[in-house]
Amino acid sequence: MAEALDRDASPAVGNATGGEASRALELELRHVHKRYPSRREAAIPDLSLTVPAGEVCVLVGPSGSGKTTAMRLVNRMIPLTGGDILLGGRSVLQRDPTELRREIGYVIQQVGLFPHHTVRDNIATVPKLLGWQRARIDARVNELLELISLDADDVADRYPNQLSGGQRQRVGVARAIAADPPLLLMDEPFGAIDPINRTILQEGFLALQAQVRKTVVFVTHDIDEAIKLGDRIAILREGGVLAQYATPAEILDSPADDFVAEFVGADRALKRLGLATLADVELVAMNGHRPVGELPVSTNVRDALSVVLAAGGEPFKVIGDDGEVLGLATLDAIGGVLKDGRDIGSNGMPDSGPAHPPAHPASREKA
Amino acid sequence: MNPPFAAGVVPIIPKSLLGTPHQYACEKANRLFCWGWFKQNWSGIFWPALRQHVVLVLIAVTIGFAISMALALLAHRFRRAEQPVVWFTSFLYTIPALALFELLVGVPGLGLSRTTAEVALVSYTLLILFRNILTGLRSVSADVRDSARGMGMNNRQLLLQVELPLALPAIIAGLRIATVSTIALATLAVLVDGNEGLGAPIISAINDGYFKTELIAAGGLAVLLAVGADGLLVGTQRLLTPWARARAV
Amino acid sequence: MHNFVEAFKFIGRNGQLPREPHLPTLVYYSFGTLKITVIAMAISLAIALPIGLWLGHIHRGSFVAINLGNVWRALPSLLVLAIGFAFLGIGLKNVLLALIVLAVPPIITNAYVGVDQVDADLVDAARGMGMTGWQVLWRVELPLAVPLVMAGVRTAALFVVSTTTISALTGYADSLGEIINNEASYHLSGVLGAAICIAGLAILIEFVLALVQRALTPVPLRRIDALAMPDELLPLKLEAAL
Repeated sequence: MAEALDRDASPAVGNATGGEASRALELELRHVHKRYPSRREAAIPDLSLTVPAGEVCVLVGPSGSGKTTAMRLVNRMIPLTGGDILLGGRSVLQRDPTELRREIGYVIQQVGLFPHHTVRDNIATVPKLLGWQRARIDARVNELLELISLDADDVADRYPNQLSGGQRQRVGVARAIAADPPLLLMDEPFGAIDPINRTILQEGFLALQAQVRKTVVFVTHDIDEAIKLGDRIAILREGGVLAQYATPAEILDSPADDFVAEFVGADRALKRLGLATLADVELVAMNGHRPVGELPVSTNVRDALSVVLAAGGEPFKVIGDDGEVLGLATLDAIGGVLKDGRDIGSNGMPDSGPAHPPAHPASREKA
Repeated sequence: MNPPFAAGVVPIIPKSLLGTPHQYACEKANRLFCWGWFKQNWSGIFWPALRQHVVLVLIAVTIGFAISMALALLAHRFRRAEQPVVWFTSFLYTIPALALFELLVGVPGLGLSRTTAEVALVSYTLLILFRNILTGLRSVSADVRDSARGMGMNNRQLLLQVELPLALPAIIAGLRIATVSTIALATLAVLVDGNEGLGAPIISAINDGYFKTELIAAGGLAVLLAVGADGLLVGTQRLLTPWARARAV
Repeated sequence: MHNFVEAFKFIGRNGQLPREPHLPTLVYYSFGTLKITVIAMAISLAIALPIGLWLGHIHRGSFVAINLGNVWRALPSLLVLAIGFAFLGIGLKNVLLALIVLAVPPIITNAYVGVDQVDADLVDAARGMGMTGWQVLWRVELPLAVPLVMAGVRTAALFVVSTTTISALTGYADSLGEIINNEASYHLSGVLGAAICIAGLAILIEFVLALVQRALTPVPLRRIDALAMPDELLPLKLEAAL
């Protein structure tokens, strides 16, 4: 799916053919309250958060945290019992549910592709509901198939039961964005896929989002997936209470309370490293050190740490994109990513001010 | 050789034979199948009977299907409706054919007519068609339904574009059973409907001293009709459900 | 409606006709019908149940078992009876033969499907616990197959009752159908009365079999609608497979 990035500077890539600009709308949940009639306690007592247009908000939490409920409230698959939800400033309650849903992309874990429709017809579902012309639909289907890296000639006229799980998921995503909706809802879409293909799909999703920039609400129970995919993460606790809503880095650097800290995992420092590459590290000058190997600058810091540790803690040369040596990555330098203005102590509370001034940026040297 | 009739039953030479002395021997001996007699009486007896039979069955199955579809859609929407409908259609199904035909004769307004036969035949199709259609509609997976609703289909679109097409295999299975059963049952229509359907030659053959040729011919036609109808429906199903044939990767 | 009032009066008099006292009564015919039905079912069960259950247990012969059901459905009872009499003569034995021919297929088909579709995991677990083939059949497969097997039995029973009455049209005079065949003597009131009795008999038999089914069903599996009428519906996967 990453190959789909092979594009020149065409602006409306991934958008509906016909000149419509890609729209992404802001989503706001305002004191959302949901209580099922048969229960005494609310599934979601009071949830408020705003997802800026074009961002991926991941709802994550243990089971019973109401994350799927919250998502399904947005497109009114479940009725709201209190509060409001605004899409692009307009309350969803004032819109006809069926019409609303045609403007929101919807991907569920089991995908739910129509077994009796070909891939082409599946993807064309919402455009057909909206009354698009045949030609426009066909063009859009071809465009989307290319976007998700499936060969139209091979796959477009097949039925879902002839596709692999990963292919079905991709078609499901294509189907959801076919009519170019301003909001995309995804409920554990990669949950039923094996780990290897899941990674491929996640990367594909990131590549796609980089192009189409939709507002996305993504539900998962996997904190690692949340960190990987989210621009912002909303951690929900059991009982539908929002524990923290922040960027991945903020959550990893300063978890709001013990629950979040525990949910994120004791290895959150490592996870935090995973968010950076060697380009973010204050590299050390070469003088006096003897590197035992090389690493490209695009290496993920967590992976770099692993390599360095495996080498017994010895430093590695960091090579830039053009092949020049940028400096050395030492254990200390790597650790500096964490100390970047904050102190991650055992209680996870932020310190006041930087621990020490940043090290000298390494000078570039020819190898 | 002596035909194995019970004592006292003497084969009567069918009236249609008088005047054709050279075929006399086969029929008089009531041999297994007198091809000549069959050919001779095709246009007079069998072809009309077959046509009438087809019409009887077509009307019965069509009406039965329409009623069952309406009931199934009702039960699909309102779960509570299912039990009463099952009870009623099962009750009808339990009544033996002979009894139902005759009971309907007693109903004022019906009497001896083709309508009476049709009412009886329709009654027997209801149970199987209702259950199959409902089962088919219910067999649509929850995920497919959820994603269809989530994409913005209203109830009517959901039914027409998703549920009914996916219920087709079950519906056609029910139609096959109903059609074949009705073809067999329609042989009894002659009881209330004068000389109609393939039951007529059968009864006539019985009264003519169990005339084998006529029995086998009429019975054979009924069975062939059933096989043909079944095959036609299977073929229709294959045509209408290409996705079921596509084998998984 | 007048007809039906007369019909109930007919039933009330046990079908006696004042002008023809020698004609058999409703009770006589009812017993006749019942007798034939019971004998035919007993023989059919003895033949068909073992075959169907065994085939299902070893998971063989699905082609035969299923197509048997299809062919059976296409056979008009009138025809089977008439052909039986044409080739073998009239008589109780030949009526029974026709009835058995008609009762065996649904029993075999449903018995086969009932046992065949018992969850393979359960059978596997049972074998793993050390049960022999017989024990698996007796303790696991049969109890779970009861609904479908009984559905076949009930379908067959209904068909036998129905065909027994039709046998009167083909020349065998000892069932309730004979009254219907003899409208000249019994008149429409008699015909309707007999029809009501036939229907009543069928419903009674169904009810009894439903109770039997409930008794045979393991307690945890008993559903409230076990008293529901027969289910001629074969599992859909069969039909789809054809």
